[in-house]
Amino acid sequence: MELVYAVCVGFMSACGIFLMLRGHTFTLVIGLTLLSYAVNLFLFASGGLTIGAPTVLSSSENYADPLPQALVLTAIVIGFAMTAFAVILAMRGRADLGSDHVDGIEPFDPLAEEKS
Amino acid sequence: MSLFDHLVIFPVLIPFFVAVALLFPSLSNSLSKQRVVSISANILMVVVAFSLLFKVEAQGIQVYALGDWSAPFGIVLVADLFSVLMVCLSAILGLAVILYASAGEDKTGAFFHPLIMFQLMGINGAFLTGDVFNLFVFFEVLLIASYSLMIHGGGKQRIQANIHYVFLNLIGSSLFLFALGTLYGTLGTLNFADMADRIPLLSNNELLIAKSGALLLLAVFGLKAAMLPLHFWLPKAYSATSTSVAALFAIMTKVGIYSIWRVHGVMFGDQAGELANIALPWLWPIALLTIIAGAIAVLASKSLRVLCSNLVIVSVGTLLVTISLNTVQATSAGIYYLLHSTVACAAMFLLAGLIQQLRGQAEDRFVTARAMPQAGILGFIFVLLAIGLIGMPPLSGFVGKALILQSITKASEAMWVFPIVLGGGLIALIALSRAGTSLFWRTNGENTSTLKGHPLQYLAIGLLVVILPLMVIFGGTVSDYTQLAAEQLKAGLSLQQLNEVAK
Repeated sequence: MELVYAVCVGFMSACGIFLMLRGHTFTLVIGLTLLSYAVNLFLFASGGLTIGAPTVLSSSENYADPLPQALVLTAIVIGFAMTAFAVILAMRGRADLGSDHVDGIEPFDPLAEEKS
Repeated sequence: MSLFDHLVIFPVLIPFFVAVALLFPSLSNSLSKQRVVSISANILMVVVAFSLLFKVEAQGIQVYALGDWSAPFGIVLVADLFSVLMVCLSAILGLAVILYASAGEDKTGAFFHPLIMFQLMGINGAFLTGDVFNLFVFFEVLLIASYSLMIHGGGKQRIQANIHYVFLNLIGSSLFLFALGTLYGTLGTLNFADMADRIPLLSNNELLIAKSGALLLLAVFGLKAAMLPLHFWLPKAYSATSTSVAALFAIMTKVGIYSIWRVHGVMFGDQAGELANIALPWLWPIALLTIIAGAIAVLASKSLRVLCSNLVIVSVGTLLVTISLNTVQATSAGIYYLLHSTVACAAMFLLAGLIQQLRGQAEDRFVTARAMPQAGILGFIFVLLAIGLIGMPPLSGFVGKALILQSITKASEAMWVFPIVLGGGLIALIALSRAGTSLFWRTNGENTSTLKGHPLQYLAIGLLVVILPLMVIFGGTVSDYTQLAAEQLKAGLSLQQLNEVAK
């Protein structure tokens, strides 16, 4: 299970980082969302993965570490608010700057002319 | 328990409640009421911050366990000499910024006062918090307030600078969480004191993981502090935003510096066993290169606000040098310089805003224009601040730099720090005298405008400027205090001590 989990988190962060390296606000927002999902899963696993154990202390010997769950909850709320802000900012930027490139203008692309 | 026992949490609670109150219709409809409330709340914060400072000085470290849950299970706020000093600094800065903005800048957009309050809450919280996760939470509070403050007033340039600023910081926040997860996975705790206790006990196969977590944190704090490869956002962001916000942001980079000090200077400091001082080999060259990069950018600046933003980078580099020197003397000198540079840079931002407002179309760019109104008083303040920022006697910049240079004991360190820090000062001298000449003397025509600075604006700038000579006159008191603060910081705090104080 650990291996599958680790590969999932790694793949998701890789996708997020790839998307964020594109220069447009839309892909940037999608990339950030993916990265924040990966972060949440990563935090969740930081207390160790347990199966079939109660979430908080109980009479049984085995229990899942409750702290990472509290951390993830906080991180989800904060991440949600930040994504909402980023989306609004991206829309405002698109409207005010007339381009959704992060620098406000499309950089010169020599390949674009060859294609057309 | 009397109210006085809860003093530690007041710097976080006051701005929070005031911000919420300001959002209610009876206050949010009237700007004049908002101004009165937020100025008086800030005066109250200055009073609270200083009474907390005297309390900590008299009774030692104050620990406030929220809900009386003891560490490491509960959340604690820790007020020691250093953190409380930073809270005082942010209170004074907040007061000056709100006074300046009340002269009219708060009219240009909505919710200025509540946002400033949330920002101050985040800053104070970040200074007082006793565990890393709450450091993250307070970072987010101050960041989301700063995202909105930065586009206060709107305009193409601000939106564009804000897009870079917001997305960079969002990536920084994600990395912060990765680092936290890594550290929690190996140490099993997030409380500063408890983490410091457990770091030396790490087993060999956990060392590398903890090390990567710690260095990831360095990158995150470095982004906030604007250290070398991560500083490119700063000049654009600080020079595009509105004046009062830029002045408040002067303390934001210091929040990053403060966190590096706490985490990499102390937690992963001398007592960290195998992981002792892991950040220092990185910090040392980065610090020196930051000063050089900042100084080059200072020379190339075309307007006063850009110049001032680049001076912030130089001061960040200087502070990083004091962190990487890693002695009590250097830490003490660093804390002194931190106070000075924050106040001086903030005052210079406010002055630049006023000049921009009075010079009409030429704004604060270094071009020939008509003489500006009230040039006499503005020029006088400019000279005072320039002396402070360059580090010439008799103002506190000189004392700060002298203390830093004095704290160096090894020739191998002096060889690098002396020429670079003093060279940075020389470059600031050249750039600022060129700036002053072109702003005040190189004029083509008499002053015809009837524009005038608002008395509140002068009051705000005066409040900050007067601190610089005061820090020299009471230099002995201040440096004794920073010495004690540095000793306390470097001694560290174990979980046992923390819980004893909490009782």
